[in-house]
Formats: sequence, structure tokens, C-alpha cells
Amino acid sequence: MLKQAADPILELRGVSKQFELQGRRIDALHDAHLRVRKGEFVCLIGASGCGKSTLLRIVAGFETPTRGQALMWTMPIAGPGPERGMVFQDYALFPWLTVRGNIGFGPAARGRPAAEVKDTVERFIALVGLQRFAEAYPHQLSGGMKQRVAIARVLANDAELVLMDEPFGALDAMTRERLQDELLDIWQRTGLTVLFVTHSIEEAVFLADRIVVMSPGPGRIESEVIVPLPRPRSVVAPEFNELRRELAQRLHSHHARKAA
Amino acid sequence: MTASLDAASSDTLSALPAAESEAAPVRPSLLLRAREPLLALIFPALVLLFWHLATAGRPFSLIPPPLDVARALYDLAFGGINDDAYSRTLLIHLSASLSRVYGGFAIAAAVALPLGLLIGRIAPVRQLLDPTLQVLRPIPVTAWLPLSMIIFGLGPRSAFFLVCLGAFYPILINTIFGVRSVDPRLFEAASMLGCQSAAQFYKVVLPASLPAIFTGLRLGLGFAWVVIVVGEMTGVPTGLGAIIMEARALSRTEIVICGMAVIGIAGFISDRLVLLLGHRLLRWSPNFA
Repeated sequence: MLKQAADPILELRGVSKQFELQGRRIDALHDAHLRVRKGEFVCLIGASGCGKSTLLRIVAGFETPTRGQALMWTMPIAGPGPERGMVFQDYALFPWLTVRGNIGFGPAARGRPAAEVKDTVERFIALVGLQRFAEAYPHQLSGGMKQRVAIARVLANDAELVLMDEPFGALDAMTRERLQDELLDIWQRTGLTVLFVTHSIEEAVFLADRIVVMSPGPGRIESEVIVPLPRPRSVVAPEFNELRRELAQRLHSHHARKAA
Repeated sequence: MTASLDAASSDTLSALPAAESEAAPVRPSLLLRAREPLLALIFPALVLLFWHLATAGRPFSLIPPPLDVARALYDLAFGGINDDAYSRTLLIHLSASLSRVYGGFAIAAAVALPLGLLIGRIAPVRQLLDPTLQVLRPIPVTAWLPLSMIIFGLGPRSAFFLVCLGAFYPILINTIFGVRSVDPRLFEAASMLGCQSAAQFYKVVLPASLPAIFTGLRLGLGFAWVVIVVGEMTGVPTGLGAIIMEARALSRTEIVICGMAVIGIAGFISDRLVLLLGHRLLRWSPNFA
């Protein structure tokens, strides 16, 4: 246990990923190093093509690195697993299952006893406040509610590390703010570790303990920024805006350097 | 958090027609509800009227007027008017055709469903069978009639084969389509939740392709009704197709039209029953709810 506490929950050592696309080789991610401690909220930010989604998909186990190693609790990641839960931008709920069925899918697939599955499902339906919609099907829910189900689904399946790929990108501004608050609330209550991909600087500054800035061509980790602001954070506070400006400059200067 | 959730709930209530509004007895007026069936009846009524005007009172008309056909249909069903070979035989012919339509359809489904799942999921099976099937598919059922009579002989076995053939391709094609068009994200979602690839066939592929499979079954049953007349050209003594062919030879055109009408109505009812079943089983699908 003591050793575990010192180890990072996630470590990337020189991870690179190359794709073949119509005969051309694409450097999606180049030599990425990253350590994430348990309980940390880390945001990956950058323009499209910077490799942030590729990095997340490697951690999820959907892609294997061309070079380097991705380790969870010092063990190499070999394929997808329930300890790393993914929340997709387009929800990816099972349309033939109700809210209950979707949240219970993981525990049931892993062979948990029915009574335990039922308890778990009710607990996590309550956590995301969807009691009244427990028997609704995904097509009957709004985008915000679908994303709540998607979050509850990975939490109910004992995910330690939650990977979120622009999860609120398809939602309207008000729903997005509400879900950001709820996510922070759940994160603080459960001690989860979150790796969150976004292209919104404001979202990253609002949510993260630490922001990893990435840049394209080839996709790579450019720098890291610790967010020292206390929570709850106010988006109108001068410190908030200062940090936001600084990040905007960093992202912008990468573009400038690339153009030069 | 609770207050914001309530706000979220209220804006989605309207998106829950099946769960919420069905219980509420808010009904549109009688006229409004009768509008659709009334509209649907206008066109057939006009056709009947035109048919009547064009044929009634003309002794040498080759097409009997609608009233004669109605009388023949009554006689076919209950007898007591003509008392000839056709009187009170409708039930015999209808049940013979029903057994061929549903029997042929059941055989087609039993072969096409597993075959479609295999072709859709396993590339070598697809490469082995798909080209042949694509070549066989455009051949109309009518063209198979002579070969079918040689292979299966005159009689019901040939009829079953032809009906089965008519139902086969829609079921097969839609099953393959359904299996192949499962959103790849759902496989990723299942595997990150701990559902391994072997179990994904039952937990993801089957339920996800169910709407397409169901559409295939519905089309297949429709085609089974379409080809029943061809199927019963094989020399079977009973069946709606058989009496149509026989009445044609005897110039009993009113019986021919009766047979056509009964096929149309029976096919329509059978399709409605299948649709009802679909609404029940596929409530989750936006295409069926």
C-alpha cells in the first residue's frame, strides 16, 4: 500500500503513435512523457491534431503505442479495462438499454451477483440525480442527461481513472456549466483521478489541478501549467482571467512558431 | 445541484412521450382522430366508383362490376348464392396460403438469420458467399418456377421453396446490414466496461442490429405474400394463388379479383401485426417507438 501511494496511477514514458493514412505516415503523438498522481484532475488542451485524443485512447487501451510505454500502477496497459473508464463526447450509450441497464452493463458483464448490480445501479443513478428517468431509454434523454448516464456508467464499474474526451463539447453552455459543477462535486466526493481532454481554455482552468498543453505537427506535450486557484473557482476572478490569458498565449505562440 | 437537476428534468419531459403523456387522457376531438382513416378511404372509394361506372350495366364487359365481385366474395366465404365449386371454399384456400406464407417465411428466416450474422461478422464467410448471393439475388422468383418444379416436383414442396426464396433475400440483406453497421463506439464502450469480445456478440451486436433484422423480417414476410401466387402456380389444388390461376382459366374474373382482394387484406393485416410486435419489442429504438 505504501509503495502504491508513492507510485503514479498513470505514467507515460516516451509514448509515440504513428498512423498510416493513404500511404502517408502521420505522427499523431511524439515522445509523450506524463505522470498523473491518484486523485489528480488533469486537463489535456490543444488545437486539433495535437494528439490529445490519441493520448487518451492509448491510456484507454483502444490504441497501442508505436514506441514507449503506457503504465497504470506501474503495469503496462494491454487493452481496455474497467479500471480505466472512458466518457465519450457522443456518449456511446447502449440505445437498447434503459438508464438502469446502461449503468448496470459493466457490473453485469463482469459477472457481479444480480443483487449487488441492483444496489450499485441505484446508488449511481442517485449520484447523478436521474432517479425519475431510471426506466427511460437514451433517445428519450437530453444530451446533458445522456452524459450523466455515461459518467455514472464508468463510476458504477469501479473506474479509478476516468478518461473524458471532450465530454461536454456537444452540450449547450448552460448544461455544460452545470455538468462541470457536478463533475467537480463527484470528483471531490469520490477521490477519482480524471484525465480530461478539452479544447476550451476556460474549461481547463475551471476544472484542472494541472493543465497539459499540447501542440500539433507532430502531436506532442509542449508544457504543463499548475492551476493554483482555490475551489470553487470564479470565472470572473482576475487570477482566473490572468491564467486564461497566459494559456491562450502559450497556445498561440505555438502556432506562431509553427508558422515561422 | 438538486435545483439545477430539476430544471434539467423539466426541459426533457417533453422528450418522453412514451413514458409520460400516454397516461394523460388528453385526446384530440373525434373529427381530428377520424381524419386519417377517412382520408385513407377516399381514394379506394373513388376507384370503386369509377370501376362501377365503367362496368355496371354492360353485359359484354370483361371486367365484372364491383357488386358482382362483392357477391362472389360473399359466396366464396359463406356460400348460398351460386352453390358452385367455389362456394364456401375461402377458408380452405386462405388457410392453405397462410400456411405456405408463414411456413416459407419461417424456413427463410431460419436460414437467412444465422447466415446473415455469419456473413456480417466473419470476413472469410463473406468473401466465400457474398459474391454468389449477389449474383443470385436479381433472379426473380418467377424465373425459378420451372427449375423448382423439376427439383421439388409439382405441388406444395415447390410452393414452399418459391415463397421461401422470396422472403430469403430481404431478411439476409438486412441482417448483414444490421450486423455491419453497429456503431464501432459501442464496441469500445463495451470493452472498456469489461465486456470481452466473445460476449460482445450477444451483448452488443445482436441487440444493436435488431431494428435492421426486424425490418428485414417485415420485408421478407411482405415478399412472401407477394410471391404466393407464383408459388401456387406449381399445381397445388388449394390456395389463393391456385384459385386465381384456376379461375383465370375458367374466365371467372370475379373470383380472380376476390383472390386478389383477400391476398391484399391478409397481407395488410399480417404486416400490421408484425409492426405491433415491433413497437412492443423495439420501444428503445427511435425508428420504432
